[in-house]
Amino acid sequence: MNRATIEIILGIAVIVIFVIGTLLLIPSGAEGEEGWGGADGGAADMIDESGYEPWFNPIWEPPSGEIESLFFCVQAAIGAVIVGYFFGYWRGAKGRKDDE
Amino acid sequence: MHIMEGYLPIEWCVLWAVLSAPCVIYGLWRMKQMIQQDRRVLPLMAVCGAFVFVLSALKIPSVTGSCSHPTGTGLSAAFFGPWITSVLGTIVLVFQAILLAHGGLTTLGANVFSMAIAGPFVAWLVFVALRKSKVGLGLAVFVTAAVANLVTYTVTSLQLALAFPADGSILSAFIAFAAIFAVTQIPLAIIEGIICGLVAKYIVRVKPDILKKLGIIGDDEIAKIQGEAA
Repeated sequence: MNRATIEIILGIAVIVIFVIGTLLLIPSGAEGEEGWGGADGGAADMIDESGYEPWFNPIWEPPSGEIESLFFCVQAAIGAVIVGYFFGYWRGAKGRKDDE
Repeated sequence: MHIMEGYLPIEWCVLWAVLSAPCVIYGLWRMKQMIQQDRRVLPLMAVCGAFVFVLSALKIPSVTGSCSHPTGTGLSAAFFGPWITSVLGTIVLVFQAILLAHGGLTTLGANVFSMAIAGPFVAWLVFVALRKSKVGLGLAVFVTAAVANLVTYTVTSLQLALAFPADGSILSAFIAFAAIFAVTQIPLAIIEGIICGLVAKYIVRVKPDILKKLGIIGDDEIAKIQGEAA
């Protein structure tokens, strides 16, 4: 294996081990409370505790967690399609050049 | 790093919007100029923007037992500098504010300032300094992306602390918000750095000419990075 491949495999391994390790080793969420909440929400909770009332509500909110995850997936998919398209295009063009 | 809709008093919303708007407008102008000069930068710009889309959609669990997401702005900050990055970041933030109720339109200015301006700006300075001192591209992008991420969340904590001082003290409020954001963010910054560093090297392998034109990398280093794949 060349150095580039090893680097990529190591990089992915570190990320996977970190994410799985975190989920396995770290307890999250007090009893009855949902664990692994977003940090954004954590900050909002802290502000709520000071008695602050948000003065403006989102003009539209995803009606459920499912719909919200749908839009997150759409967001990631749009990005992934663009990245994949150009990486493939560049790689293909480079391959043709190398063949000549 | 998203400050949720309505969670920032109106005077702060206005202040951050006023600070952010000129940067984004200048970024748009720079972007237009760059594309007019050479349309070949467009694909790389699209990839950098797409990268912000992908990475900021991924919520990753972290050591504090909560989830947060990378910003993805490091790659674009390294290649295109902070101004163009501010435009790319704003696109994502508007998408999330409207379709996901994540962040918000009233807090858009503050969120743009932290994620699309302050983070990329500091990260870009770091990138330029690292490259001047001959640090390899992969490592330089790794650090740049991690810095962009951490600075973004530090600025968010500061923005919230300024608006909501705990018992009148901005510092103690800052520490409290930073405990929620910044600590969660450290491992994520490293993950983001790894991804961006690897992607940057991959781009050098398949399409080095755009980066060379942008003055990011020279022939010697291109040959070296391409040699690693052989």
